[in-house]
Amino acid sequence: MSEQSLQSTPTSDIDCSIKWPALHFLVWAVIWLLVGSVLSLISYVKLTNPAFLSSWEWLTYGRVHPAAINAMVYGWSCNAAFAVALWIMARLCRAGIRGAGLLLTAGLFWNIAVAVGIGGIIYGDMIAVEFLEMPAYVTPLMVLSYLAISVWGIISFRYRRCEQIYVSQFYILAAFFWFPWLYTVAQIMIVFAPARGVVQSIVSAWYSHNLMWLWIAPIGLAAAYYLIPKVLGRPIYQYKLAVTGFWTLALFSSWAGMRHLAGGPVPAWVISTSIVAGIFVIIPVVIIALNCHVTAFDNFDGVLRNPVLRFVVFGMVSFTLAGLIGSITVLRTVNEVIQFTYFTAGQSQLFSYAFFSMVMFGSIYFLIPRLLGREWPSARLINWHFRACSTGIVIAIAALMMGGLIQGWQMNALDESGAPVFEFLKVVGYTGPWLKIKLAGEILLLAGHLAFAVNFSRLLAGLLISEIADKIPDWIGPTFNKSREVS
Amino acid sequence: MKNFPLFFCGIFFTLAFSWAGLVLIGHNQLGSLTTTTERIDGETGGPVKGNPLYPVSSAGMAMQGKQVYMSMGCFNCHTQQVRRQGLGADYERGWGDRQTVARDYIREERVLLGSYRIGPDLRDVGSRLPESEWHHLHLYNPQITSEGSIMPPFGFLYETRKIKEEIPSPKALNLPEEYLAPEGHEVVPTRRAEALVAYLMSLRLDYSLPEAQLTQSSQ
Repeated sequence: MSEQSLQSTPTSDIDCSIKWPALHFLVWAVIWLLVGSVLSLISYVKLTNPAFLSSWEWLTYGRVHPAAINAMVYGWSCNAAFAVALWIMARLCRAGIRGAGLLLTAGLFWNIAVAVGIGGIIYGDMIAVEFLEMPAYVTPLMVLSYLAISVWGIISFRYRRCEQIYVSQFYILAAFFWFPWLYTVAQIMIVFAPARGVVQSIVSAWYSHNLMWLWIAPIGLAAAYYLIPKVLGRPIYQYKLAVTGFWTLALFSSWAGMRHLAGGPVPAWVISTSIVAGIFVIIPVVIIALNCHVTAFDNFDGVLRNPVLRFVVFGMVSFTLAGLIGSITVLRTVNEVIQFTYFTAGQSQLFSYAFFSMVMFGSIYFLIPRLLGREWPSARLINWHFRACSTGIVIAIAALMMGGLIQGWQMNALDESGAPVFEFLKVVGYTGPWLKIKLAGEILLLAGHLAFAVNFSRLLAGLLISEIADKIPDWIGPTFNKSREVS
Repeated sequence: MKNFPLFFCGIFFTLAFSWAGLVLIGHNQLGSLTTTTERIDGETGGPVKGNPLYPVSSAGMAMQGKQVYMSMGCFNCHTQQVRRQGLGADYERGWGDRQTVARDYIREERVLLGSYRIGPDLRDVGSRLPESEWHHLHLYNPQITSEGSIMPPFGFLYETRKIKEEIPSPKALNLPEEYLAPEGHEVVPTRRAEALVAYLMSLRLDYSLPEAQLTQSSQ
């Protein structure tokens, strides 16, 4: 599909129907973004100076770090994804959301669950499994509220008034279906009825990889496939390939998660299968790169000048990089060096932040003015946000990857007699400077997020004032109404 | 996409396929592993009668310590898996005399393989560092035993209290001068610290399994 149906803008009624629920998700998203980046900053200060805030049990690194990650994934990323995906879905289906109140309530419950879950991690009720740290008592609420949110995407699709179906709709529908499945299976097999021994680790690797590739990525890709042609006003280059990209992504990436277990106590075939699948992931990555980059770079000036596309294209370049690096590091010889090091942390940040979060920022900058009929109060703050976050994330990822490569090489280096060249504490010492650089990156990210949050709250304040002014009858506040007319 | 049911089947089967392929088959293969003796009986192909069965389950104190280990998030920085000799330098660093295999973990309710080695691997830390005193000093402040470590101090697991009737507790830590408690005070581990150390000392990879023999015992 293309241009035609994208161009014929859906009515503002659709935007209006989803205005309050989407705004609600975004308010939470911004709150969690700030919480997550402060927690993450604390955790990196602790890595460079372990004595920092060390007398409080609830702020120990082992709790702050997973709390930061959960705030970023389930708080920021999921809320942003809900707002952006439901809005794009409603627009592409040209069908408004009918039960805005229900959607809003479901969103409230999701965020209550996340807040209680992160509190539980800090309090010490953590489940010791990556990306599933939130305590078991929030799981039912997470699942139910997720279903109550995602069902609106499916309802929009069911009552669609569009002729053709665009690839963004593929991605969003699939993601809304995949996440609850992944999440419940992982919760059942790990937490509620734990599988025996290392089967747990297989489930965990399957979940954490697919959380990124089958939930986070599809939403980011849906937004990019929607925004790039929309803003530039030109069709996706070689759009026919996009559907192949979707199916190959689903097929190959879902098998590629076991690479994290390489060399571990699991059957060798499990890892070999994932290595093969991991190499094949390059196919959808190249297709998506072709679709998005050729379209965007055709009008590169337009991209640079546009605040929305700067974020989105930055994100898509990161996606391509993350995919290519992922396919290279899956190879045994490379994996042997980078396994267990900061390099893998860099990879996951490249994916979840440099790709997904940047695409979401761009989408939010595009979505809000159309949703509320108001412009962003400050173009300069948007500019600062982009500069701080793009510089910050490049610094942070480069530091983690360089530091991780050196760390991995030093960990494995053996001298002629077969003894390790570097003592363990030496290796730790050499990562110090890289962690400091990473910390500098984190500070820049927080600064960027603050610029974003200030801009967002100014917008909200303006909106609230005008909404309240609307409700004030003439006989109470004539001055209010007068000033509104002027503005 | 005119055909919604077909699309739905597609997205269902892609994930179902990977779930069945990786998780279910893995479960079928590993779910039936049982404890066994260090070597297999040549005639029956089963465990040797009368020999001890491995892996053993941990004692109560160590189980409580594992709860502390998990709630402090130790698994964020420490792995509990030893790769085979020749892959990485796990063996050369003395992190374990043999690689860990699936059977090693069958008695654990929560498997903590871990994915980062910001700190060293702990699968065999009980044999590597068998002194509880060392672990207490290290947890109280890692700089005492391992200068330059970036592990956070767990001082909140220890209690600084007045020495009663001038008889120091036998459990009191032997701190070096610069870390001493104020005059007349001593630092004693809380129950949680004792449990955590009991857990760490219980992490030992000092037995063979039929599929993974200790290198030293085979020599």
